[in-house]
Amino acid sequence: MITGTPKPIEEILEMIEPYEKIIVAGCFGCVTVCRVGGEKEVQVLASTLRLAREAGGRPLEIREVCLERQCDPEYLDPMRPYVEDYQAVLSIACGAGIQFMAEKFARTPLLPGINTGFLGVTERQGEWAERCQGCGDCVLHLTGGICPVTRCAKSLFHGPCGGSVGGICEVSRDVPCGWQLIIDRLKALDQLENYGKLKPYKGWSSARDGGPRRIIREDMI
Amino acid sequence: MKSGSNLERVLAAGQFAVTAECGPPRGADPEKVLKKAEFVKGNVDACNVTDNQTSVVRMSSLAGCLLVRQSGTEPLLQMVVRDRNRIALQSDLLGASALGVRNLLCLSGDHQKFGDDPQAKNVFDIDSIQLIHLVKTMRDDGVFPSGEKLDGAPKFFIGCAVNPFADPFEIRVPRFKLKADAGADFVQTQCIYNMDTFTRYMEEAKKMGLHERVKILAGVTPLKSVGMAKFMNKMVAGIDIPEPVIKRLADEPKEKQAAKGIEMCIEQIQQLKEMEGIAGVHVMAIEWEEKLNEIIGGAGLLPRPVVDEGETER
Repeated sequence: MITGTPKPIEEILEMIEPYEKIIVAGCFGCVTVCRVGGEKEVQVLASTLRLAREAGGRPLEIREVCLERQCDPEYLDPMRPYVEDYQAVLSIACGAGIQFMAEKFARTPLLPGINTGFLGVTERQGEWAERCQGCGDCVLHLTGGICPVTRCAKSLFHGPCGGSVGGICEVSRDVPCGWQLIIDRLKALDQLENYGKLKPYKGWSSARDGGPRRIIREDMI
Repeated sequence: MKSGSNLERVLAAGQFAVTAECGPPRGADPEKVLKKAEFVKGNVDACNVTDNQTSVVRMSSLAGCLLVRQSGTEPLLQMVVRDRNRIALQSDLLGASALGVRNLLCLSGDHQKFGDDPQAKNVFDIDSIQLIHLVKTMRDDGVFPSGEKLDGAPKFFIGCAVNPFADPFEIRVPRFKLKADAGADFVQTQCIYNMDTFTRYMEEAKKMGLHERVKILAGVTPLKSVGMAKFMNKMVAGIDIPEPVIKRLADEPKEKQAAKGIEMCIEQIQQLKEMEGIAGVHVMAIEWEEKLNEIIGGAGLLPRPVVDEGETER
């Protein structure tokens, strides 16, 4: 899923300072699963903002909504009839959802209520970790199902570097060495021979480096 | 000869090679480099110039190399893939070769987190092993990795680094082999203190015949004090200083620890010199370049040989 973290409330209050009437919009997709932008978070955020503004003597009218997904046009359409009755939309979906809404509602300012994080997994209750950078050229079959681009702090294709000690990356004691994980897994799979091969330079054009990306499925159009 | 560098000639002639390193200053004053280079001069076959080590911004390695050469020592350019993509790397390689730098060390580079610009973007477009391959392709095939023909191929004696003390141990020699396969001519190791681990490493490397394919320069760093030893052991990833080594220093009174550190370094060089497969030593006297003469001379490695191209084995 796409993960994220809430923006500090002070930052949000500063963003909405010019407005008296806004929509707070959540999303039932990824951000609901990682508990940063779902229906419940919409309610909590809206209440917090109302209280803060009332305390400052400038009440704020908020309409609370939570869309099935902010990244699909069909779920944005229901907002169209009323969106222009409000001065701004504070979205707590991911960056893709926020931008898509901005594209669809050209005359309404869109404000981000969260900082979008990464493509990750729930390692345990309340803890998410990155797994994929969406580089567009997957090599997981060669690396024991563990991504060197994402899991190695230097994205090395022939790791581990000299900073791997006791399975820990030199960058932080909280970061496992991705290449130690790869080697352990290759060993478990009896595929260590994959390690001994020189890998071609990675083509980054399929990643963000090639410019904004687009997927076109002719069979679906 | 692949590069014709002095270091390559010394190694090709079967002489025990000596390299050292100079860290460029955190400023634009050339005198700082020249002063360090004076301590190096005459004691080594080539001198590494580091490339923003520990991600702390310093004078560029290439500029440092030219200053080292100006002072009369052959430079060895360190190049990390942390800060430059393949376009910049290729361009800098051409420039370095054009300016007469003939020795190169291909490195990944410490993560930018350790420096004073932890907010910097990290590049790592290719890794250090792919950099070796890139340089070799340019040097030997006369083409860019893209396949386009070069208008004059760069000439480098291609080096890499290995750390026998990082984990997992079992992958360290296979990873060295990858560097040999990619085209490394020589290797400089991380500072060695644990001779037992290093001996095991060399046994594995020799089983694969790597010592016959790549000239192995063993890395040493003299310890100035027991405090430095403990700090390095604890704080620097991939440094392994065994307890008996620390104890030897700790047994000395504080004012005699530096002299003991030098004595231990000399002993260690002499041991390494006797090891099969070791072609030379890389003395990293960190901010202690003034002791290089004492260490290298003490190990019986002075004067450095003068090898003409005609004397080397082809």
